[in-house]
Amino acid sequence: MNEPIHTSVVHNHAKVRRTTRSSWIGFGVLALLVLVAPAVPYVLNRGTQGSLVTLFSLITMATMWNLLAGYGGMLSVGQQAYIGIGAYALVYISDQIGLDPFMAVPIAVVIAGLISIPISYLAFRLQGGYFAIGTWVIAEVIGLIVMQIPALGGGIGLTFHGFAGLTAGRRIGYVYWLSLAGVIVAVLVTYLIMRSRLGLGFTAIRDDATAAGSLGVRVTASKRFVFVVAAMGCALAGTMITASTLRVQPDSMFSVNYSVFMIFIVVIGGLGTIEGPILGAIVFFALQQWLSSLGAWYLVILGVIAILVTLFLPRGLWGLISGNGRIRLFPVGYHVTTPAHLFGIDKHDEVEPDPQPSGA
Amino acid sequence: MVWINALVQGILLGGLYALLAAGLSLMFGVMRIVNLAHGALAVLAAYIGLAIVQATGISSWLAIVAVVPIMAAVGYVLQWGIFNRTLSQGGLAPLLAAFGLSVVITQLLQLKFTADSRSLPTGDLSIASIHITGDLSIGVLPLITFVAGVLVIFGLQMFISKAPLGRAMRAASDDPATVRLMGIDNRQVYALSTAIALGTVGLAGMFLGMRGNFDPYYGGAMLIFAFEAVIIGGLGSLWGTLVGGMVLGVAQAIGSQINPSYGILIGHLVFLVILAFRPTGLLPKAVTT
Repeated sequence: MNEPIHTSVVHNHAKVRRTTRSSWIGFGVLALLVLVAPAVPYVLNRGTQGSLVTLFSLITMATMWNLLAGYGGMLSVGQQAYIGIGAYALVYISDQIGLDPFMAVPIAVVIAGLISIPISYLAFRLQGGYFAIGTWVIAEVIGLIVMQIPALGGGIGLTFHGFAGLTAGRRIGYVYWLSLAGVIVAVLVTYLIMRSRLGLGFTAIRDDATAAGSLGVRVTASKRFVFVVAAMGCALAGTMITASTLRVQPDSMFSVNYSVFMIFIVVIGGLGTIEGPILGAIVFFALQQWLSSLGAWYLVILGVIAILVTLFLPRGLWGLISGNGRIRLFPVGYHVTTPAHLFGIDKHDEVEPDPQPSGA
Repeated sequence: MVWINALVQGILLGGLYALLAAGLSLMFGVMRIVNLAHGALAVLAAYIGLAIVQATGISSWLAIVAVVPIMAAVGYVLQWGIFNRTLSQGGLAPLLAAFGLSVVITQLLQLKFTADSRSLPTGDLSIASIHITGDLSIGVLPLITFVAGVLVIFGLQMFISKAPLGRAMRAASDDPATVRLMGIDNRQVYALSTAIALGTVGLAGMFLGMRGNFDPYYGGAMLIFAFEAVIIGGLGSLWGTLVGGMVLGVAQAIGSQINPSYGILIGHLVFLVILAFRPTGLLPKAVTT
């Protein structure tokens, strides 16, 4: 309201664009990466491919957590529920039902999405920090129930045999491609959601849910949609992890540590941007490798960094690099270029306030 | 008889949960902060108590006298150092900072004390019990814990409704801006509230350590149990928290009676059922925000 110079009216002189020069450069680099990345199994060794699979799973889960918290305003500490569901569903469908693992992955993702719908009705009764702990309780319950089911291996877990017929080199190559496809889908889906009308609604909800609701944004339905998408994305990450480690065990697959990783990655990278979780995952992964000799100290250091970033750098590393949003690789907002002489001259020009909240 | 026994033990366990939950409830009531580091701080208190007992050889009971003010000081410093800074940013910042803090505390405890289970020595008291009838007997230590829980809840309730600082806390909760106009620094009120909350956490942590084993990773479960007590009882009601703690304790004790591995799961399920069918809790407060 207090920025009348913004206009969304497309007339002869004002232009509304969704891309910027930096976004074209960004797209170019990303397109190159996407074209080059599939060749990795032919070039790099298995260890590196395994590391990249871990990185892709981190980017996927962090992107999903950011969709929930950074855009939807829902701080979940229970996304490990869907990582575990995805992992167990992959193993069960592939080994017990006998489906091809690559077919089992999308089915596992859909199963997690379906399970998350009734869960959302429970979790949405809580808000803020209580929502956070509530989602954690639900994840604990799912883990405890899985432990009681003998067909899922109880407390011991299951070994994944889906790739049993393959040589190690071929298997790791397949898992790499699967994970690469997964992470591209996760980031792309998030980008498309945020660019859509729905994404605009989320930005409004995050800024002020009550006001957004009064303007016709379907707040609860939108939040539920994001909750389900994030569940599916985390299940996808769970299938990546399982395809790589070949083992599921309730204590590790439903571990709250996944939430710790997601939260640290997004906070350090930059909450509420698409680039932030990607950058954060790369930084997190590098720190993990670099500090691994320090044992538990690396989580202490990451925790301290996360607190400091929360206090002093709320937009995270990406905010620092992009000059608080001037550079966008994934532009989700609108850019209006309007010649200055248009204002206040022609009464027929209806100037409406831009629906895009500042600092989206 | 085993069921009556489970019921009684559950109620007594509920006293510990209520004691744990009181500080969580207080901080939320005054500042709308859900302190995700609450459980980790309770475990920290138990380890501080352990370190004091090991270093000086004094009894665990005497160590409480030191641990409670230490934790209160920790709370005061945390509020000024971290939480007050996040309040102006609003949104997710206080939660994220608290979450980071819980991870840092947990990992530091693991580095300092290893992941081994510990407990605070209580001498003969750990096995002392009062015989009621037949198989039913009440452990002295669980009884003392329960009484402490009830007293802390009662004391906090009286303090908030009667004491000048309690009045300031309620006022700062209702309208921080107006409180500042009245010459009260709301941030200082917050810091004192957190100090009081963490004082109760110190007490809860000591009883936790005396009643059973703990390890650095125990904080997550403690946060969850405290949270479940708060929600089952109803947000904003301290007496509700006591009832909620007892409902949770009874559910866990009866679950464990059915099958030792069911205890925690049944506690969670009772919580989820109450969340589904009575989301305002058992003793809801009329005013909610």
